[in-house]
Amino acid sequence: MKQIHSLLAITFIVFSACAQQKDSEVKAESPTNVNYTSELVVLDLNIPWGMAFLPDGSILITEKSGELIHFKNGEKNLIEGVPDVYVRGQGGFMDVKLHPNYKDNGWIYFSFASSEGEGDGGNTAILRAKLNGNTLVENKVLYKASPNSKRGQHFGSRIEFDDEGFLYFSIGDRGDRDVNPQDITRDCGKIYRLNDDGSIPEDNPFVKTENAKTAIFSYGHRNPQGMAKNPFTRAIWVNEHGPRGGDEINVIEKGKNYGWPVISYGINYSGTTFTDITEKEGMEQPLFYWVPSIAPSGMDFVSSDIYPDWKGNVLVGSLKFEYLERLVLKNNKVVKREKLLEGIGRVRHVVQAPDGYIYVAVEGKGIFKIVPKN
Amino acid sequence: MKSPFLSLFMFCAILLNCNSQTAELKSSIERGKDIYTDFCVTCHLPNGEGVKNVYPPLAQSDYLKNNREASILGIKYGQKGEIVVNGKTYNSFMAPMGLSDDEVADVMNYITNSWGNQEDKIITEEEVSKIKK
Repeated sequence: MKQIHSLLAITFIVFSACAQQKDSEVKAESPTNVNYTSELVVLDLNIPWGMAFLPDGSILITEKSGELIHFKNGEKNLIEGVPDVYVRGQGGFMDVKLHPNYKDNGWIYFSFASSEGEGDGGNTAILRAKLNGNTLVENKVLYKASPNSKRGQHFGSRIEFDDEGFLYFSIGDRGDRDVNPQDITRDCGKIYRLNDDGSIPEDNPFVKTENAKTAIFSYGHRNPQGMAKNPFTRAIWVNEHGPRGGDEINVIEKGKNYGWPVISYGINYSGTTFTDITEKEGMEQPLFYWVPSIAPSGMDFVSSDIYPDWKGNVLVGSLKFEYLERLVLKNNKVVKREKLLEGIGRVRHVVQAPDGYIYVAVEGKGIFKIVPKN
Repeated sequence: MKSPFLSLFMFCAILLNCNSQTAELKSSIERGKDIYTDFCVTCHLPNGEGVKNVYPPLAQSDYLKNNREASILGIKYGQKGEIVVNGKTYNSFMAPMGLSDDEVADVMNYITNSWGNQEDKIITEEEVSKIKK
């Protein structure tokens, strides 16, 4: 009997797997002509999740496994005093970001998975510290999501500042799709906003909502692993992983609900569906969605004069297809997608550094710098 | 005639296959399935097929079948460098997942007994604990 039930179950799964998905309207193309090339500037990294460029031209690089590397004059040094990192599944030592006034105040911000607090497992935390020689000092945890979970998924992690100096960061749904993202009394599946000292801004959207996590700025997110301030509009943009299909770019607005998992362009990894709708009143539409998924991690805008062909474009790393995606926008719509650095490896992060050059962090390889061809 | 006979044969094969697994292996496979769904499915996919040229297949994988120790090592400490699976070369980096030894054993038992793969000799927590970098 049991076998028959299994067979029926398999048959059912096979048939229900025929869920229809609408592919992205704009397809990614291979470029016909690229006037830039790449050179490997930092060698031998495993999972370089985050990178921050210090005023002296050196780079701070986070390795997911828990190390903080200071790359200076062609040499790597390990920084001491880093937090205890809970390394499991997609979680570990993640983003690093300098305060906009780093030159004056020296503050550096980190995201990492931490097992501190309530329950077994871990959840995403935000740390502020200063670099003194080879050591992190004045470490202070500004936020720690709870409860902990042993699940391996969706820690989010990206950190960004807006023009007013507010600190934004992402935490994914931690694999609890049906519990976390739509509930503002719970952590996870959210974009958060804090003051740079970790206090809650008075005008955060849910400060007066009973039992709400008051650091929440927007909700209904799955797993945003890219976040950047649009240098032209000054808005905070994110890219987030969908399940099978349904990765999204979202422009973050205060108090808004981005719909996960009530609306989605994605389906389950198994091919079955979890929702029939892609839009609903009161929920935001993405600026762009990817079907099939590219597994986007890391995002930045090209604003520097070094790349006239790409100015104003968005760059997004693809973990799954191992390339850097260039998205051309017109009137806030994606009109063209191009596959740069095809086959380079899993692209974890991309940053336009203060020197105007674009740096690309690739798993198992290192950090590449994109330079004009001579 | 042919098709009912074939079904009966497959039915028996499934039964035989199940009977050859001890209760211990069976429950390990069951736990391993949960680990797989949590940590592995995003890249290796529900059917173990992987992603062409990027993530190697686990289903019918000669590498997994013939490299028990190296496979355990890869899950336990991460997988880096070139490996050849079913005649194709892969060179992606797989991070260590932070699984405990019993979890590595469970997920190994699951992937070596799914999608047409079969491995009767159970992988135990003890065996995993002895494998070092």
